[in-house]
Amino acid sequence: MSIDLTDTSASKIAAALVQARHRSGSPAMGMVLTLIVVAEEKDSHDALRAALEAAREHPSRVVVVIPRGGRGPVRLDAEIRVGGESGPGETVVLRLHGPLAEHAESVVLPLLLPDAPVVAWWPGEPPAVPAEDPIGALARRRVTDSAAAARPLACLAQRGSGYHAGDTDLSWTRLTPWRALVAAALDQPPGEVRSGEVAAERNSPSAELFAAWLEMKLGIQVTRKTSRGPGITALRLRLDDGELAVTRPDGRLAVLSQPGQPDRPVSLHRREISELLAEELRRLDEDEVYGETVQRERTAASSSS
Amino acid sequence: MTSGSEDDAAPVNPLRDPRDRRLPRIAGPCGLVIFGVTGDLARKKLMPAVYDLANRGLLPPGFALVGFARRDWADQDFAQVVHDSVKEHARTPFRDSVWDQLSEGIRFVQGEFDDADAFEQLRRTTEELDRERGTGGNHAFYLSVPPKSFPTVIQQLDKSGLADTAGGSWRRVVVEKPFGHDLASARELNTIIGDVFPSGSVFRIDHYLGKETVQNILALRFANQLFEPIWNGNYVDHVQMTMAEDIGIGGRAGYYDGVGAARDVIQNHLLQLLALTAMEEPVSFAPAALRLEKQKILSAVQLPKDLSRHTARGQYAAGWQGGVQVGGYLEEEGISADSKTETYAAVRLDVDTRRWAGVPFYLRTGKRLGRRVTEVAVVFKRAPHLPFARTATEELGANALVVRIQPDEGVTVRFGAKVPGTAMEVRDVTMDFAYGESFTESSPEAYERLLLDVLLGDPPLFPRHEEVELSWQILDPIEEFWAEQDRPDPYSAGTWGPESADAMLAADGRVWRRP
Repeated sequence: MSIDLTDTSASKIAAALVQARHRSGSPAMGMVLTLIVVAEEKDSHDALRAALEAAREHPSRVVVVIPRGGRGPVRLDAEIRVGGESGPGETVVLRLHGPLAEHAESVVLPLLLPDAPVVAWWPGEPPAVPAEDPIGALARRRVTDSAAAARPLACLAQRGSGYHAGDTDLSWTRLTPWRALVAAALDQPPGEVRSGEVAAERNSPSAELFAAWLEMKLGIQVTRKTSRGPGITALRLRLDDGELAVTRPDGRLAVLSQPGQPDRPVSLHRREISELLAEELRRLDEDEVYGETVQRERTAASSSS
Repeated sequence: MTSGSEDDAAPVNPLRDPRDRRLPRIAGPCGLVIFGVTGDLARKKLMPAVYDLANRGLLPPGFALVGFARRDWADQDFAQVVHDSVKEHARTPFRDSVWDQLSEGIRFVQGEFDDADAFEQLRRTTEELDRERGTGGNHAFYLSVPPKSFPTVIQQLDKSGLADTAGGSWRRVVVEKPFGHDLASARELNTIIGDVFPSGSVFRIDHYLGKETVQNILALRFANQLFEPIWNGNYVDHVQMTMAEDIGIGGRAGYYDGVGAARDVIQNHLLQLLALTAMEEPVSFAPAALRLEKQKILSAVQLPKDLSRHTARGQYAAGWQGGVQVGGYLEEEGISADSKTETYAAVRLDVDTRRWAGVPFYLRTGKRLGRRVTEVAVVFKRAPHLPFARTATEELGANALVVRIQPDEGVTVRFGAKVPGTAMEVRDVTMDFAYGESFTESSPEAYERLLLDVLLGDPPLFPRHEEVELSWQILDPIEEFWAEQDRPDPYSAGTWGPESADAMLAADGRVWRRP
């Protein structure tokens, strides 16, 4: 069921949601969180699709905030979708015209699910310090995506300097399969790791985080090498008796080589935004390891410049 | 506590951080050998589960899958079979890269279960895999075979040296129910397996225990403050556990006849559910602690004195089910016309503990019942005093908390609410938590979870032989009593069982819920 409201208010939207839920015959609320997506008009469609996809795993009320701004008068338009193809949750797309764009939190606050955790996601350019952003301040978890910013590495550095507990970045989420693979490879102790190298396309915040994480955890130097991509293409760890390497030239199938072991193919496909988001929503408490890594990344980056 | 010694002395991996919960536990280098790969279970559940695990990145690089069966197949033929079954039955999307990773490790060994040469070939194959794929001598043997073949396969594994471990590697064996058909045969089976594999390396799969909703019983009970205070005989009137199927025996005549509903379902699934529902809080979720509590409950189960009054059994007769006319059990192919096998069984059990004194547990299961449903219903006592006119609460039933295991997984709470209007009238309403629509889209299937636990050597979800034996101790006297009786009571297909089952509850002044 879909309802369009023009020139409306938050309380009318909330009433429409309740009504829509009753009319679709299931007044029970099985939703586990509110996901606020702050996006520009051009990104909003894809972001909403990804959010709905993720909502299949985590039924949520998805509130998409599109700050249109402009010099016109204050106007709030809303599209509400409940049931049907929008999956188990509810969707509200808000368009904020005029000066209202500066006060989005006042519209969003009454639309938050009672008690349920709030997650904010900026699929495009994030605020400098998400925790101090009015929308970010409503959320327990703030998800940014440095790779989608105009200047990815600068954006990542900003993540480090403006870090607050509860922040995460999708460039960290993209690393999980890599990190899981190398962690599993080190479950069988390989002896001492001497140094490392991460090869990736230019401007890859994931590669920076990967290198920083390995440096921090293994106490080694990890050099950063530029390749043609896509994404991260290789990890090499120099051991006493050879090299542990994971190479992924094509963005999907990697090869794991270890001294004294046959080379083995490993699926390491690049994931969709919806999958990354679903992983983000699985845990809503602070990601301390990310916090340490992104803040370390900052010191490393600033010292090298 | 893990079964093997490989984890105990392992040095700390600097990349593993307990706070880093994004990193999944990936099984170490290993391979899986499936006996009976041509069976339904292997095609519909096991092989898709292997793929799904690989797709989630939970299998080690170099993971090997070996099929063993009578068919004259080459490795590629078997790989094609796996490919087809994955395409058809896997829950996660098919990806070429995942398939490429898996397919290189697929092998097939042809042979009969009593063919020593075939097992010799199997041993060579696993050794080859250790070299070519780096499986490190770690192999799990999944016996997806009829119970009568268990001893043969186990003994062949022993003789061919496949069960031997060397230098910290592990060998594990996975068996499916039934674990025997009575206490004596269960013990015999345990001896046969136990002679070859240490008890920590034996994984008995009861796929029910891998279900999220079954594990949710533990979360519901022990993670909340809300339910535990009333989870006892002071507030609970009785508990009903139902596992109903709408299908008949299908092609399983050979297995089912002579076994019956009680051995097929009550002995394993329902008694495990009973243990989880009734047990005390374990001191931790370590396998040993959990097992201890389950065993305590199973050993406290008492049978009713008068079995004729407190048990019921039935056999489905022809009838209409959901708009389809279906035949009776005795008309099924492969069933003799005088079969006494029950397709419906209901028993009352009591748990002799302080918590459950005076609270009967009613267990029922059957085929060709009203609909397919598995649930645990905790039915509460009525409020001791109702300050309303009697007419106001006439439609008020007992409060109930129902854990729906399948389908439509979730939890229902049933309680009274005022009917809108000027008169005071109270009626039952339900409050629903639908697990199904909440988290399940990509939650692991039971077999996925269980296979991974086997490869990780993590045994909490697998019943140990002590539990199996205790379950048989509960069921054996009932089976003996039934064996002396005449035929089971007939019930029309598509109904909720024989009248004797209703009479059994009526004798206690209760009625079955309609699930």
